[in-house]
Amino acid sequence: MRFSSSPVLSQAVPAWRSRFVLLMLLLGFATLAGRTIYLQGFRNDFLRGKGEARYERVLEISSTRGRILDRHGDVLAVSTPVKSIWAIPEDARLQPADVRQLARLLEMDVRELDRRLASDKDFVYIKRQISPEVAEQVEALKLPGIHEQQEYRRYYPSGDVTSHVLGFTGVEDAGQEGVELAFNSLLVGKPGSRRVIRDRRGNIVEDVESIRAPLDGKDVTLALDSKIQYLAYSNLRQAIEQNRARAGGIVVLDVRTGEVLALANLPTYNPNNREHLTGGQLRNRAFTDTFEPGSTLKPFTAALALEKGHYRYDTVIQTAPGRMSIGPAVIHDAHLHGALTVAQVIQKSSNVGAAKIALSMPPELMWDMFDSLGFGTPLKLGFPGEVGGRLRPWKKWQPIEQATMAYGHGISVTLIQLARAYLAFARDGDLVPLSLLRLDTPPISGKPVFSAQTAKEVRSMLEMVVEPGGTAPKARVPGYRTAGKTGTAHKLEGGAYVNKYVASFVGLAPASDPRLVVAVMIDEPTGGSYYGGDVAAPVFSRVMAGALRTLGIPFDAPQKPAGTPEIPAAPEEM
Amino acid sequence: MARILLTLLLVTVGSALFTVDANHRARRLFVELEREQARMRQLEVEWGQLQLEQSTWANHARVEKIAREKLQMKPPAPGQVLSLEGRPAS
Repeated sequence: MRFSSSPVLSQAVPAWRSRFVLLMLLLGFATLAGRTIYLQGFRNDFLRGKGEARYERVLEISSTRGRILDRHGDVLAVSTPVKSIWAIPEDARLQPADVRQLARLLEMDVRELDRRLASDKDFVYIKRQISPEVAEQVEALKLPGIHEQQEYRRYYPSGDVTSHVLGFTGVEDAGQEGVELAFNSLLVGKPGSRRVIRDRRGNIVEDVESIRAPLDGKDVTLALDSKIQYLAYSNLRQAIEQNRARAGGIVVLDVRTGEVLALANLPTYNPNNREHLTGGQLRNRAFTDTFEPGSTLKPFTAALALEKGHYRYDTVIQTAPGRMSIGPAVIHDAHLHGALTVAQVIQKSSNVGAAKIALSMPPELMWDMFDSLGFGTPLKLGFPGEVGGRLRPWKKWQPIEQATMAYGHGISVTLIQLARAYLAFARDGDLVPLSLLRLDTPPISGKPVFSAQTAKEVRSMLEMVVEPGGTAPKARVPGYRTAGKTGTAHKLEGGAYVNKYVASFVGLAPASDPRLVVAVMIDEPTGGSYYGGDVAAPVFSRVMAGALRTLGIPFDAPQKPAGTPEIPAAPEEM
Repeated sequence: MARILLTLLLVTVGSALFTVDANHRARRLFVELEREQARMRQLEVEWGQLQLEQSTWANHARVEKIAREKLQMKPPAPGQVLSLEGRPAS
């Protein structure tokens, strides 16, 4: 049957029906066109986002934490990337042979690895912080469900030698102790991110935008001299072992700049392996532990007397009979001395002499001096737990307190405060702020505490201390004029003095033009002698000798004659 | 008129081809740049590790041990040191 003769065509259909169909079709198209315009023209961000998600990626750019360097640029702390291996236990269905191989690579126990993989958590760490080389081998095994992520680990090559100064970082690379905490805002880096276009093979083909530029942490250059630090640490450790002491600390300061060249405490810890840390090991004693300094404060009493009182270098003070009662209390001398000059009071370390000098002065003057030396207020170097020590307001002082403070009891200081106070003698009477960072321009002058004349006179008194007849001949440094003061203080326990001691020595050299101040404190020496002159002075001598040699400071005293030194013949060809 | 149109057409096609080529080259250079930057980061990491290694070898405790035990060195006794006058070391 031909199409034109189909009976359907001959049926009379009302004309509106075809128009209606046409209209519906048109409406349909119009709707589609409207939707298209809407999607393309007005609300296009959703689709655009979907499209971009096919080829664009936002990449995190990691940043590294800054290094910590010593004053010569030697690395003291550095972050290097490490990998952590983690697993999704559900995906990690491993053959026993694979597990054995993985365990061997990671140096783990097979059973331990099995136990971790059997965990019902979604995410388990298998081993954290392994070297990138090992991680590559693990990756090459292509085990299902085993993944790795990049992390940074901080290494401290000098280990326990510098641990208290540097401190350490915790998780998330944040500083927790020491310099790592004090200068965290400088050291810390800010990770950045950027948007890129990737091709089919995963190569980045175009940089779309940098969302945040990564900011690497800044390097921090400390004032520390790692050679002097090592000398200080190893000699302190040796002395503590020899004297079977409980703890100890040592500080080395540069006189001209106020820089901290070395600072060590014992007991200490290895910052690279902090598994069995105790609070005692963590204590940065030079900053956080106060002690009654004992006789190391006597030179300050003498200095004040020279400056403000009616005393001269050679004013005679009667210390016999070696005791003195003030109210109900009695002050003793360890040895009987009789009549002493002010200089000899320091040389022989007479408590009675120092107390008599102090009581001739108004308490306000003494308080002012201690305060301007920085006692009683924290140094604010940014170290955690820094304390200021105890210095009671002078209005509340009893006469006995003023007398005992003259020889360093009834007042407490930290080792670093004590070392800093001695800068006033080493520097012609002024006091500069301490610096943990290397200074490129030394401070020109500090806050004056004593006159230059007083500082000079006290220095020569301190030189007598290390001469025969003084309390610390063991503090002598061959080749240099040395000056210093011993301290042997009873410890306070529960408000009463007990027969435990803190032996200390603070000194400076070369006395003709002081360059270094070294302060040594040894807590509870029990190896026989407990005197500062026997326990702490030898440490001072060895550290000072080594440090002066390291810095190449010329001799200012004749060395012991040991025959005529032969001048080595100069090599002929150059 | 037709000649102008033809010329313009040729210029347009040429420019289009050139754009494609330039884009391609830009991407290849960019990939290369990326690779070099990755290498730079790698070298930085290696530098850090070498620094670490250096300071481990130069550890004062180790140096002292070798100097004392292997090389039989000791600090000069007083009197063995001769100080020479000269210009100050700075």
